[in-house]
Amino acid sequence: MVEAFFKRPPRSLPPELEAERQRIEAIARAAGLDIFDTVFEMCDYDEINMLAAYGGFPTRYPHWRWGMEYLQMQKGYEYGLQKIYEMVINTNPAYAYLLDNNYHVDQKLVMAHVFGHVDFFKNNLWFANTNRKMLDSMADHAVRVRRIIDRVGESEVEAWLDVCLSCDNLIDPHLGHIVRTRREDDVDPPTDSGRLPASRYMDSYINPPEFLAELESKRVALEARARSFPETPVRDVLGFVLEHGRMQKWQRDILDIIRNEAYYFVPQMQTKVMNEGWASFWHTRLMTGQLLTDAEVIDYCDHHSGTTVMRPGQLNPYKVGIEVWRDIERRWDRGQFGKAWMDCEDEGARRDWDTKAGLGKEKIFEVRRTHNDVTFIDEFLTPELCRRIGLFTYEYDKRSGDFLLESREFDDIKQKLLFSLSTHGTPRISVTDGNHANRGELELTHDHEGVDVQVQWAETVLGNLARVWGRPVHLSTRLDDKTARMSHDGDKFLYDGPKIGKQGNA
Amino acid sequence: MILNIESDLNRFRNIVRGKVRKDLKKYMANGEMVGKQGDKFVRIPLPQINIPRLRYGKNEAGGVGQGEGAEGEKVPGTGHEAGDQAGEHELDAELTIDELAEILGEELALPRIEPKGAKHLSSVRDRYTGITRVGPRALRHMRRTWRETLRRQMSTGTYDAANPVLVPQKDDFRFRSWNSKTEPQSAAAIIYVMDVSGSMGKEQKEIVRLEAFWIDTWLRAQYKHLETRFVIHDAAAREVDRDTFFRTRESGGTLISTAYKTVDAIVSADYPVEEWNLYVFQFSDGDNWSSSDTKLCMEMLQGQLLPKLNLFCYGQVESEYGSGQFINDLREHVGADERVVLSKIAERSDIMQSIKEFLGKGR
Repeated sequence: MVEAFFKRPPRSLPPELEAERQRIEAIARAAGLDIFDTVFEMCDYDEINMLAAYGGFPTRYPHWRWGMEYLQMQKGYEYGLQKIYEMVINTNPAYAYLLDNNYHVDQKLVMAHVFGHVDFFKNNLWFANTNRKMLDSMADHAVRVRRIIDRVGESEVEAWLDVCLSCDNLIDPHLGHIVRTRREDDVDPPTDSGRLPASRYMDSYINPPEFLAELESKRVALEARARSFPETPVRDVLGFVLEHGRMQKWQRDILDIIRNEAYYFVPQMQTKVMNEGWASFWHTRLMTGQLLTDAEVIDYCDHHSGTTVMRPGQLNPYKVGIEVWRDIERRWDRGQFGKAWMDCEDEGARRDWDTKAGLGKEKIFEVRRTHNDVTFIDEFLTPELCRRIGLFTYEYDKRSGDFLLESREFDDIKQKLLFSLSTHGTPRISVTDGNHANRGELELTHDHEGVDVQVQWAETVLGNLARVWGRPVHLSTRLDDKTARMSHDGDKFLYDGPKIGKQGNA
Repeated sequence: MILNIESDLNRFRNIVRGKVRKDLKKYMANGEMVGKQGDKFVRIPLPQINIPRLRYGKNEAGGVGQGEGAEGEKVPGTGHEAGDQAGEHELDAELTIDELAEILGEELALPRIEPKGAKHLSSVRDRYTGITRVGPRALRHMRRTWRETLRRQMSTGTYDAANPVLVPQKDDFRFRSWNSKTEPQSAAAIIYVMDVSGSMGKEQKEIVRLEAFWIDTWLRAQYKHLETRFVIHDAAAREVDRDTFFRTRESGGTLISTAYKTVDAIVSADYPVEEWNLYVFQFSDGDNWSSSDTKLCMEMLQGQLLPKLNLFCYGQVESEYGSGQFINDLREHVGADERVVLSKIAERSDIMQSIKEFLGKGR
């Protein structure tokens, strides 16, 4: 299969690495990892840069941004700024790439790390709905786009791809897990007045005016909801537009492809900290447990510390992740959980707390099955841990234009962290009206969580959305604590709200 | 492996070229690329080309970091651009000089230059295509050596097919060696002349620097071999290197004829007319000290210089001190000559126009 993607014969592992792979896989399975079969492919650095630019998939639809990412990756490598250690894609069988001029010890580390990821892909709940044949689907998307290009022309399709891509974060990250049930109040508005039968002399007691007024207001609300479209706000803006927007068939086809790929990558975003932490946790465990030879120890330490290094002011998901995993294992091994533990306020007792519970391993496997980053941090980041790995929050200071360290309080840190993990920088935006002013215009509402949208980009995106929707598009939001409304009809941008500064922030 | 990435890369390069083309006038006026010129590449700072998405304003959100520091301190490594949003970096796009010249040519509608007559240099290039019997060990030609050994051993009957051991002797060794090849090469020399008298200010010099960059770019794409020389003058002239040329500021008067003498000396010494395409670009604020010197200049131009040149370009930058008379004198005496181009450059935004005038003749 690989030939078709790479346009070259597959380069399987050389014998000495193949032997290592079998050994590492056996050890990983024995340690409890539950993994898909994993195909390792040897690549030179040009190939690995290409694959990285394509997000790990050898065949993608043609687009300039792959070229740009490739160029930047190449620069990074040539200047020695970055080096891609591992790349693995969530398919069954899983595919992973090894850089052919890495040290032998690096290859072992990468393989152990990859098995950690594959176990996570296979077992974590948030990946349960992902397409495990994505390699084929991506290639299929590429073929579909190429065929459209043959028919419609390259520049047209490229322009449309740019439009679609600029909306590809307006999706509902939980869509795959939502089971729609009939709502309790999901009834047709009553046709009669709802007045209870009563003989005339009893009527003012059985149907008092308050009761009649309440009936009326219920009826009005139900009617309004029946008329509104969509009935309830839809977060999957892209899906809504795909279904109801006015566009040509080939445009719809491309939008469908972009949406499909966007959803495929959602779980990886939702579990970045956990996933990287889990893989790092296991490569450390396997390497230092059984895999390392004496001669390799120094190189291993050097490279492992490279992946978990804390750069000032940046959060390294590998580091945070591995620390939390280790902490969970240690706490459950020593019985540091439950009511007694929570109630204990004596610091000494807490430090020496050890009930020899030995539940660590069981617990981490349970956590890796059911959690995502948000719940993971919410439940398992403790004040002690937070202090130990030196987390802090920072805030933009308008006066100096710098980012200033704001707080080392646990609650502040946790809140900020959860916010950034649950939003990933994308504002929460829903379709609230698909037939605004009865003119078929699209009304979007930003559920404002305290952070404003970037106005200049919003302008471009609304313009693009107007092209996809085929009618004017509006966004209601808040800027600088005041209501603001932006509209775009495909040609003109209208803005009604507080004055916008140079940075595009209000 | 045939990389799919090639076509995506080309698409991206086209987009970069498109951006440069669109903003060429801006780039020509503000000289962003001039300082980043390499031998073959020009680096062009572009704001990273991003796919716009609905996002939080980058400064609004703040974030969580890791490491040392006390409350209220600046977070190291964040600078002004940090935040957890990716892709705020600048992108350094690289264009080859040829690509840039192509854009310049297309945008300004510049005609290609036809090198005149048999004007070319012969350059000698060495290529390792030959074989010799003596040479350094590093250049041993193994196959030839083994072949000689085999030939000798077979002819002397010491070769045993059952035990094929070859032992080269001194005479068997063969070495790679070079052959020299003469290649004709179209060659051009540019001589820049600049007035550095007190009346030329900083802004005037900057304009000259930008002009020189674009002229270099264009001519370098036209000729295989390009040399540049620099002459500065006030009341006396001297040849300087590129750095000095753009930095020097002298005070005092102006005698343009001294510069012409220096140019003539350089041409006579180093650039025989039959081998070189010669260009002279002179920049001045148009102030010459005396009319008798101007007369001398005209005589020199007509008598000695012009016959040797492909093109004589005079760019007059406006300064608050200069009288600007020299361009009128030139127009009167040599303006009709097709080898002469005169251009006035009042401010930076005129650079594009003057380059077009200078190079628009296709000479």
